[in-house]
Amino acid sequence: MKPAPFEYIAPQSLAEALDVMDQYGYDAKLLAGGQSLIPVMNFRLAQPAVIVDLNGVSELARLSANGDGGLHIGAMVRHSQLEHSPTVAAKAPLVAETMPHVAHPQIRNRGTIGGSLAHADPAAELPAIMVALQARFRLQRMGGERWVHAVDFYQALFTTALEPEEILVEIVVPPLPAHTGYAFHEVARRHGDFAQAGAAALVTLDKRGVCREARLVYLNVGNIPVQTQEAAAALVGATPTPDLIKAAAQTAAQKEIDPAGDIHASADYKRHLAAVLGQRALQQAVTRAKESWAS
Amino acid sequence: MKKQTIHVTINGTEYTKTIEPRLLLSDFLRHELGLTGTHVGCEHGVCGACTILFDGEPVRSCLMFAVQTDGHTLQTVEGLGTPDKLHPLQEAFHEAHGLQCGFCTPGVLMTLIPFLEKNSDPTETEIREAISGNLCRCTGYQHIVDAVKIAAHKNTDTN
Repeated sequence: MKPAPFEYIAPQSLAEALDVMDQYGYDAKLLAGGQSLIPVMNFRLAQPAVIVDLNGVSELARLSANGDGGLHIGAMVRHSQLEHSPTVAAKAPLVAETMPHVAHPQIRNRGTIGGSLAHADPAAELPAIMVALQARFRLQRMGGERWVHAVDFYQALFTTALEPEEILVEIVVPPLPAHTGYAFHEVARRHGDFAQAGAAALVTLDKRGVCREARLVYLNVGNIPVQTQEAAAALVGATPTPDLIKAAAQTAAQKEIDPAGDIHASADYKRHLAAVLGQRALQQAVTRAKESWAS
Repeated sequence: MKKQTIHVTINGTEYTKTIEPRLLLSDFLRHELGLTGTHVGCEHGVCGACTILFDGEPVRSCLMFAVQTDGHTLQTVEGLGTPDKLHPLQEAFHEAHGLQCGFCTPGVLMTLIPFLEKNSDPTETEIREAISGNLCRCTGYQHIVDAVKIAAHKNTDTN
């Protein structure tokens, strides 16, 4: 058999899962969709002693838009659900628009948002999207919980703020300011492959077309999602013309990222992609923000 | 490691088996049940050859443990047609020469069955996206796309 032996525990409630994690902690691995964990187990790169399967914990599979205007996404909500949910499309259209880029339909039917976020693959779309949306993550352990901002959750390559006994249980995406345009663009060698680089942008315009807020976040140009500062700041207070947008994306690509080359893309090529994708994403976000005033 | 007993319905037949938790679903189908129509290629979720339907949705059977199917309903390529009476989608593949060596075909078929149920008249782009998670080394995909178009038209014509 491919994976090494392990003890299999399938809790049927969150309380039970937290209890199991409290007991096994470091020796246990949480099994969500399994689309990243099971491959590494098949290669025996990971040989966890205990597998805690969360697929029976229905409390974690809830998806709702609460009174606070935010979107509450249980950690076990699957990618295909995010892709097709009218609630997600209405409350967090950036998420809905990004989902078709996340792997293939067969993977999206199993993969979960919590699994993807906690796995923290630098090439994954969802971590960067959640940083861009300023989402908050609820981390629970037996007897307590804490909230962590997406931007603080990602610490290093495949490393997050999660402690061994903790479970990422819920993601809350706050509502966007009015008249905010959004966009996501990536380049991958084939549709559904991991992207060589990607960019998410959010731009808020006032009625005169002046930028009030701008966010530009990259994936796969560093070990964790890269939230640009200078590039975004260059737009705020200004009317984002195509030239200004191009200059901002150039700033991001030249000064704010430090990509490492890999077999699919050299560092230089990733910088080139960051400039092009940043420009496209910002431009589309600006266009959408303008359209929101027209309608 | 402690074995577990599962009850699972596959192609309409109920099975009760006692297995190790680390047994992959793909190996369970092939080795425990002899359902060798499900092919195993890369065994890490890239090639799509092992795609089956889990509660009606296509998934990679190499990226699930068999123990996770307890109480669920699966369909494999054996549940489609028989050599004497092919499923319309299989007929379309036959007609359009949508396979050569046939290794990827079960996974491609199981991906396309729910796709065509949801989208009876797909565009070429939609078809190519639908099969983006299935690798084929023989056809160059064109004949697969042709087969899907034939199958879609057959469905529309008979409706």
